[in-house]
Amino acid sequence: MLWFILKRILWSIPTMVLISIATFIIIQLPPGDYVTAYIAELEETGESISALEAEELRASFGLDRPLVVQYWDWISKIIFYGDFGLSLDWKLPVSDLLWDRIALTLMISTLSLLLTWIIAIPIGVYSATRQYSVFDYLFTVLGFLGRGIPDFLLALVLMWLGFAYFNFHVGGLFSPEYADAPWTFAKFWDLLAHLWVPVVVLATGGAAGLLRVMRANMLEELGKPYVETAYAQGMGEREVVWRYPVRVALNPFFSTVGWALPALISGDVITAVVLNLPTTGPLLLRALLNQDMYMAGGFILILSIFTIIGTLLSDILLTLTDPRIRHA
Amino acid sequence: MTDVTTSPTDEPTRVIDTARPLTLMWWRFKKHKLALWSLYAIGFLYFVAAFAEFLAPYDPFKHSKLHAYVPPMSVHLFHEGEFIGPFVYGLDRKRDPETARLSFAEDTDKVLPIKFFHRGDSYHFWGLYETDLHLFGIEGGRRDRIYLLGSDSLGRDLLSRLIYGGRVTLSVGLIGVFFSFVIGITLGSIAGLVGGRVDAAIQRVAEFVRSIPTIPLWLGLAAALPIHWDPIFVYLLITVILALIGWTNLARVVRGHFMTIRNQDFVLAAQLSGAKPRRVVTRHMLPSMTSYVIAAVTLAIPEMILGETALSFLGLGLRPPVISWGVLLQDAQNLRSISLAPWLLAPGGAIVVTILAFNFLGDGLRDAADPYQK
Repeated sequence: MLWFILKRILWSIPTMVLISIATFIIIQLPPGDYVTAYIAELEETGESISALEAEELRASFGLDRPLVVQYWDWISKIIFYGDFGLSLDWKLPVSDLLWDRIALTLMISTLSLLLTWIIAIPIGVYSATRQYSVFDYLFTVLGFLGRGIPDFLLALVLMWLGFAYFNFHVGGLFSPEYADAPWTFAKFWDLLAHLWVPVVVLATGGAAGLLRVMRANMLEELGKPYVETAYAQGMGEREVVWRYPVRVALNPFFSTVGWALPALISGDVITAVVLNLPTTGPLLLRALLNQDMYMAGGFILILSIFTIIGTLLSDILLTLTDPRIRHA
Repeated sequence: MTDVTTSPTDEPTRVIDTARPLTLMWWRFKKHKLALWSLYAIGFLYFVAAFAEFLAPYDPFKHSKLHAYVPPMSVHLFHEGEFIGPFVYGLDRKRDPETARLSFAEDTDKVLPIKFFHRGDSYHFWGLYETDLHLFGIEGGRRDRIYLLGSDSLGRDLLSRLIYGGRVTLSVGLIGVFFSFVIGITLGSIAGLVGGRVDAAIQRVAEFVRSIPTIPLWLGLAAALPIHWDPIFVYLLITVILALIGWTNLARVVRGHFMTIRNQDFVLAAQLSGAKPRRVVTRHMLPSMTSYVIAAVTLAIPEMILGETALSFLGLGLRPPVISWGVLLQDAQNLRSISLAPWLLAPGGAIVVTILAFNFLGDGLRDAADPYQK
């Protein structure tokens, strides 16, 4: 058991190394570098810069060295000092900008994951135990709709409905008066009032998918002899259902946590752009458009690492909950 | 030859006993009403995309300064209680004296009948020959236009743009899936056949691709494409990017299936009768899984369409001279334009319908492909 977990953790190390290399390649891919973008920006405002100055700029940012050296420089500072380099665009250390945003992204993703389960598990169980009832059909239709509507479209529609019919401004995480205020209970309440929109938007897609999985699993389990045995021993329906088949049917939930997390983080990136949330999305987009490579690299790297950790956790959870896998 | 199969009741051969697997599959598929309707819907969408030039009432790039943000027009049949066939009313353009905002109202005196097979903007049909025939258009002055879905900020007809955009968005799905299909089926079948270390290596790569959050990866790769490249080339590269990330699912399906049938009797029988490995794979193993692959491919298309839409929507995918549903939705990106012109969300509706249809179709195909179901 312990050996399995240890092996699993060791396996994720080469993946992380690969991810860091892939990230570095991605941020190197765009033709030109930050200095090229910077010069173009200067030229737009009418200023110009000589070739010599450009070279000096490159040298000062360390952009003139071989790629392998640049990569090692970048990754070793991250590993040993937690230093993600300087955002060339913001002229600030990346780590200053990064963690706040990552924390918010993780918070929203985790909340959405929880909401996904809160929606999917009871409804899935209900749909399976009351198969072909009116509510089963209703939830099925809603589930398919949830799967068909892209996150960002749902965000757009909610934004529009909120604005047009409820006179409620959807978007952002804080009202303007609280944006820079210190943390108080009022600010916390304001956060909650805004937070539900992205959380709901992100949870619908995943919940719709898991709902179908849960329903199908439950239907399969409910037909098995052990359920009948439990009934025959005089147990009530509620007790039978929640004690045995639900536990078995829950397996895919644990095994998909690892995939749900990257999907949620991805969803957050694009939803955040639409809803103008202070999470990673808008900053990552801007960094990519401006070729602010350390910034973009930092984000992609951290998001990917969290994803790997998520997959790792789900594998461990799965072995803990399912004896069949534990003893295989 | 002795006839040993004659049944004692002398029953006539039923159709079901002699039907080929594909026919059986089609019968099962037909029972899934939702999937059948989805198939029709998808057929319709691709038909519209194929004949975009003819079906769209206008040139999608033709702008009209006088017609910015015209709301969708409704089609009437009766004018002052008298039936005169489908027509729309002319537009009455007013400017609010306080906010200087334009508003449009129906000018109920001006009847503009809709004419079918109308001569309008000229175009090259499939680049073959020049014509100006459109399915419909309106009679009227030079300035009268019909906007069934409204117009955008430049007065371009949203319906025409939606129809042309469908051509790009729907084909991105197909081309992207084709690429990921090639990668997925190659790697999947190698992993499933060879097994061992090769399998482990391919599995690792797939796991690695899966573990990267897709959107940041798409964004990174898409941002790497230079802006000044030919839009069509960028379009092709975007589909390749989508395919490079999307192949893992297909590979998993193919690998899993190869693993299960590798040791089945019919494969063993083929091997024992002296068939070479290549023949075993291409003539015996691959045909046994076409239906699975078709279902997996159908379910992969909406993913690709979503990917294109999301990327273009963020401004990192296809860019404005090209029209796609994602590009069209860019106009509806901020609250101001949505509240001013909610009809700009129409491409979103088209996306939802397409994705749902593909999902239902894929589900239906998967059920129909399963020979062991009741």
